[in-house]
Amino acid sequence: MQFRKSWIMTLALTSVVALAACGNNATTNNGGNNAAATNAPTEASSGADLSGSVLASGSTALQPLVEQVAEKFMETNTGVDIQVQGGGSGTGLTQVAEKQVDIGNSDVFAEEKLKDADAEKAAALVDHQVAVVGIATVTHPDAGVDGLTKQQLVDIFTGKVTNWKEVGGADQKIQIINRPGSSGTRATYESFALGMKTEDLQGSIQEDSSGTVKKMIGETPGAIGYLGLSYLDDSVKAISYEGVEPSVDNVISGKYPVWAYEHMYTNGEPTEAVKAFLDYFLTDEVQTGDVVELGYIPASKMQVSRDLEGNVTTK
Amino acid sequence: MRGKLKQSRFEKHHIEDFIGRSYMSLCVLLLVVIIISMVYFVASKGVSTFISGDVTVSDFLFGTKWSPEAEPASYGAFPFIAGSFLVTLLAALIASPLSICAALFMTEIVPGWGKKLLQPVIELLSGIPSVVYGFIGLSVIVPFLRNTFPGQGIGVAAGALVLSVMILPTITSVAADALSSLPQNLKESSFALGATRWQTISRVIIPTTLPAIMTGIVLGMARAFGEALAVQMVIGNAPFVPRSLFESASTLTSVITLGMGNTTMGSAHNNSLWSMALVLMLMTFVFIFLVRLLERRNKI
Amino acid sequence: MKPRTVDKIATGVIVFFALLIVGILLGLLGYILMRGLSHVSLDFLFSPPQKIRAGGGVGPQLFNSIYLLVLTLLITVPLGLGAGIYMAEYARPGRITGFIRLIVEVLSSFPSIVVGLFGLLLIVNYFNLGFSLVSGALALTVFNLPLMVRITEQAFRTVPKQQKEAGFALGLSKWKIVTSVLFPVALPTIITGTILSAGRVFGEAAALMFTAGMSSPRLNFNNWNPLSPTSPLNPFRPAETLAVHIWKINSEGLAPDAAQIAAGASAVLVITILIFNLAARFFGRYIYRKLTASKRMN
Repeated sequence: MQFRKSWIMTLALTSVVALAACGNNATTNNGGNNAAATNAPTEASSGADLSGSVLASGSTALQPLVEQVAEKFMETNTGVDIQVQGGGSGTGLTQVAEKQVDIGNSDVFAEEKLKDADAEKAAALVDHQVAVVGIATVTHPDAGVDGLTKQQLVDIFTGKVTNWKEVGGADQKIQIINRPGSSGTRATYESFALGMKTEDLQGSIQEDSSGTVKKMIGETPGAIGYLGLSYLDDSVKAISYEGVEPSVDNVISGKYPVWAYEHMYTNGEPTEAVKAFLDYFLTDEVQTGDVVELGYIPASKMQVSRDLEGNVTTK
Repeated sequence: MRGKLKQSRFEKHHIEDFIGRSYMSLCVLLLVVIIISMVYFVASKGVSTFISGDVTVSDFLFGTKWSPEAEPASYGAFPFIAGSFLVTLLAALIASPLSICAALFMTEIVPGWGKKLLQPVIELLSGIPSVVYGFIGLSVIVPFLRNTFPGQGIGVAAGALVLSVMILPTITSVAADALSSLPQNLKESSFALGATRWQTISRVIIPTTLPAIMTGIVLGMARAFGEALAVQMVIGNAPFVPRSLFESASTLTSVITLGMGNTTMGSAHNNSLWSMALVLMLMTFVFIFLVRLLERRNKI
Repeated sequence: MKPRTVDKIATGVIVFFALLIVGILLGLLGYILMRGLSHVSLDFLFSPPQKIRAGGGVGPQLFNSIYLLVLTLLITVPLGLGAGIYMAEYARPGRITGFIRLIVEVLSSFPSIVVGLFGLLLIVNYFNLGFSLVSGALALTVFNLPLMVRITEQAFRTVPKQQKEAGFALGLSKWKIVTSVLFPVALPTIITGTILSAGRVFGEAAALMFTAGMSSPRLNFNNWNPLSPTSPLNPFRPAETLAVHIWKINSEGLAPDAAQIAAGASAVLVITILIFNLAARFFGRYIYRKLTASKRMN
């Protein structure tokens, strides 16, 4: 008996603790969610016939945008349930190729990741380019350089130039903050800023995430690296490339060449709900709204386009 | 009537006993299933690099060039293996003396409140999540190293320092257990011979408990070897064997965290990361084997 | 040098190092709380995170951490008790028992990243559970289970032999002895151990990045139907925990106050661990007192 009593007491206590934790959350969150909930039904009529569930995974850089657009889409299409997961571009492409998810988000063309034995898988994937990211060369503010040419950048990233004074800056050692070899951002930067693949240098620092790269460049004297335009702020200095400022306008007009598409891949032709979601992504409402708000460049505004091989054509 | 009741109670006992026993055996069986499937899946993924012929075992283990995305690609994982061993050994080197002193403090110097003071400290240190350690490493240790030593602060030294704090609790608690289980008369006879406390500690206590203390150190090293996030945040991740303690380097775990999400399953690059996971797994076996070896010596 | 002087110096060194460790802990806690506490408020604890604006909270993440912990314990406690009791009371010393003990040891020292990758391969991809709470809970089970087994086994072993013998003398079956004689005595130790291991689960990140995912869909805290996708209780939704959130916001955070949020979330995490530690001590002592006191009354 004794044992049973104590056992029941333990159980009861645990469940009470758990309930208390949940209950607390529930009551305090009401405010925020009610607003969203009341908005939804008023607009629901337009897309009420659409239903289904959509699962997207992949690029962590694209994830916040897809999440935000998905939330808006679900408000008008209450029958559709969209889940957005991270995992990285490679994971997204793997999972969409294996049909584990409906949409695979990627920072790079699928063909660049799925090659050799996997090339067939890439062929089955349908590309939807939803946004563009510009990538700026960034230095520590004290480096004393406002711009670099392609050749100077190549010299720096291949280790030929190791002091800022050799490229017209302060007398300071250059510290490279690079990205790992698997990074899509690095692939873009090497293709369009350096024009070549570079070897890793002894002593260089490699970070995968933009937040850490920014922190490192801002804190390390003499540091150089590259960042998406949306990450730029006063702690680091974005410098011009071949005399062109890294700005949204220059990317749109095609003057500034270091940029990449953000892709959302489907395996074969998308289902109705997936298609509606991807179409919604390319509407003006999203492209000039959420895309810009989150620091990306609208794919629909681009005056140039680029194919897998990197050939740029003016639209 | 009475006989019948007795019999049914007897049967009930048996049924209860049987169900309980089966359930427990099932739980044990589950443990076996988990470990077998883990070893099987990680190993089968890990060896696929070598089976597909992308790289040979010796090139993988001893090759120093890591450029998986270059043409032609090379998958030398030696810099990462060396980096893992380097930070692990350094961390053990820093943490061991501290831990042994803490254990002595708890058991020999002030057995009463020493234990009361340090026990919760040790438990809390082991409870702090590794992301928090990494966060502190990045915002305290790295700037400190950058301002005090040549280099960028990021590197092997920062990784080893963060890890040393993380493995302090493991070594201390094992060492303290060993010290407190030492027979009292051993110490008393030493004191009776007129030995000072330090003489007793250094000539009697430490030598007799050395295998047990070593067990703690090996367990600590096992934890350091497998730690991922905290190290990755402060070590710098350059794929090279570092030339100095203040230069950026990589460990097996850091390279896996960096590359796993960015590569597609089945690609040669991704497979080589799985091979590294296999190396991590095999190293766990080695560490456990060492612990077993030391425990056997301890018993004699 | 005289032995006395050496003794004094050595003692001094030992005391210094011991106090240094206390200093390190106080420094760590002080730093985390100083940096983070100023950012922690009720609003921070319960509001959802913001992507690019300042003022986001960690509400869903905190809920996910707690819910994932509950799920994990629901799986591991019954299994761990079963295997642990078997090891302590039923297993005969021999090769097989030795082998199982080895398994427990190996499982509990596997690097968490290897466990995470295993989860990614088998649970997320092969069983196609996706990045979800279930996947995360199953991965956490892999290293919480051996801990539970060890805790249970040790707890049962510390029960005085006489109690068991008294049970046998009364003619009780083995099962009765285990459940009604030994278990209540072992319970305080088990509970203390469980709460301490829960702290580890709460702070785990490396294994969860690959299994529970790094995203948190919008949750509707009025919807308690576990099958609905927006319900916080749905175990098949992706869930970012507090520890993973710290990692993510440190690395990819776009919000202007990302650093403060990371500091605040770290403080919350550390305070939770503190509470777990205190609770473990208090609970264990309380139940022990309760059990021993009531026994005297009988």
